[in-house]
Amino acid sequence: MSEVIVITSGKGGVGKTTSTANIGAGLALEGKKVVLLDTDIGLRNLDVVMGLENRIVYDLVDVIEGTCRLKQALIKDKRYEGLHLLPAAQTRDKSAVNPEQMIKLCEELKQDFDYVLVDCPAGIEQGFKNAIAGASRAIVVTTPEVSAVRDADRIIGLLEANEVRNPRLLINRVRQDMVKRGDMMTIDDIIDILAIDLIGVVPDDEKIIVSTNRGEPAVTDNKSLAGEAYRGITKRIMGQDVPIINLECEDGFMFKIKKLLGLKAN
Amino acid sequence: MFLDFSKLFGKSKSSKDFAKERLKLVLIHDRANVSPQFLEMVKGEIIKVISNYMDVDEDSLDIQMTRTKSEEGDRFVPALVANIPIRKVKDVGK
Repeated sequence: MSEVIVITSGKGGVGKTTSTANIGAGLALEGKKVVLLDTDIGLRNLDVVMGLENRIVYDLVDVIEGTCRLKQALIKDKRYEGLHLLPAAQTRDKSAVNPEQMIKLCEELKQDFDYVLVDCPAGIEQGFKNAIAGASRAIVVTTPEVSAVRDADRIIGLLEANEVRNPRLLINRVRQDMVKRGDMMTIDDIIDILAIDLIGVVPDDEKIIVSTNRGEPAVTDNKSLAGEAYRGITKRIMGQDVPIINLECEDGFMFKIKKLLGLKAN
Repeated sequence: MFLDFSKLFGKSKSSKDFAKERLKLVLIHDRANVSPQFLEMVKGEIIKVISNYMDVDEDSLDIQMTRTKSEEGDRFVPALVANIPIRKVKDVGK
C-alpha cells in the first residue's frame, strides 16, 4: 500500500526540504522504495540538499508537459537503495503545473513506490495547492517561534479544508537549553496551541548544516542527535510505535547517560 | 510596572509565556477569520440586549472567537465564548 505524504509548513526556512531529504533517506534505509518530489518550481533546493544537483537532466515540468517520460526524469540515488528524486524545474514558475496534473503524477508514482514524499514550497498559493493535491497524509513542519507556529496553524486549517486529514506535527530546531530557561516554547506548549498529533521533535543540531554542506542527509549519521530524531520519525511514519526523542527531561536518567556518552551538546 | 514588581519576587514571566499568550490571541482571530471591528460590533449588540435585563460590567466583558472540539467526532468547530460579569439583575419582566 503506497502513500503520498506532503511535507509543508506555510513559513519558509523552517526545514521542509531538510526534513524531506532526511525522512526520504531514512525510509530508504528501512528498505522502502521512495521518491522525493520537489514541487518548489523556480526555487528548487531538494537536489542540492540531497547532493544530486549534478545529475539533473529532466525535471517535474518536463514530465508534466510530456517532454520526457517519467522514468527518464527520476534520479536514482546510488548511495541509498530505493531512493529517487524528481527535481523541480528551476527556470519556470508555479503556474507551470496545476493540481489535476499533480494528482495524476502522484497516482503514477504510487504504482512504483512505497512512499511518495512531496516537498512543498513556502506560502499558501498555487505551489501549496499543487503540492497537497495528490497527498493523502501531511507532515506540518514548524519551529518553536511565534511566526512559524502561527503559519503552521493556518496550514493545518487549509489542509483540513482540502480534505487532507490528520496532519502530523514535526517540531524542528528545538533548543533544550533555551526551553529550560523559559525562552523557548516547549513541545507541550506548541501541541496545546495547534491541537494536532506529533510525529516527532528534531533538536537544533549543527550537524544538519554540516551534512547539508556535504549533500548527505543527517539521518545516516549515527552520531547526530538530529539524525537520531529523523530515524525515529521515519519509523513512526511506517506505523511503528517508537518513543519521541527525549529532550524534555534534561534531569532524567537517560539524559545523564546521554550526556556522559557525549550525545548531547548541552 | 507589573513586571518589575513580579521580578522582585523572582517570578518574572519568561519570554516563552509571552510567546504563548500572544500566539493564542492572534490565532483566535486567524482561525475565526473575523476582524477586531467585527467582534466589537458583536460585543456592542450583546451588551445592548443584555442591558435590558441586567447591569453588566462592560469594562471586564470579554468576548472571543475560539476553536472547540465538536460534540460528535474530533473535528474542530469555531465557537464564540463570552464572559460577561453581571453587576445586578434588573427587575423587568419578573
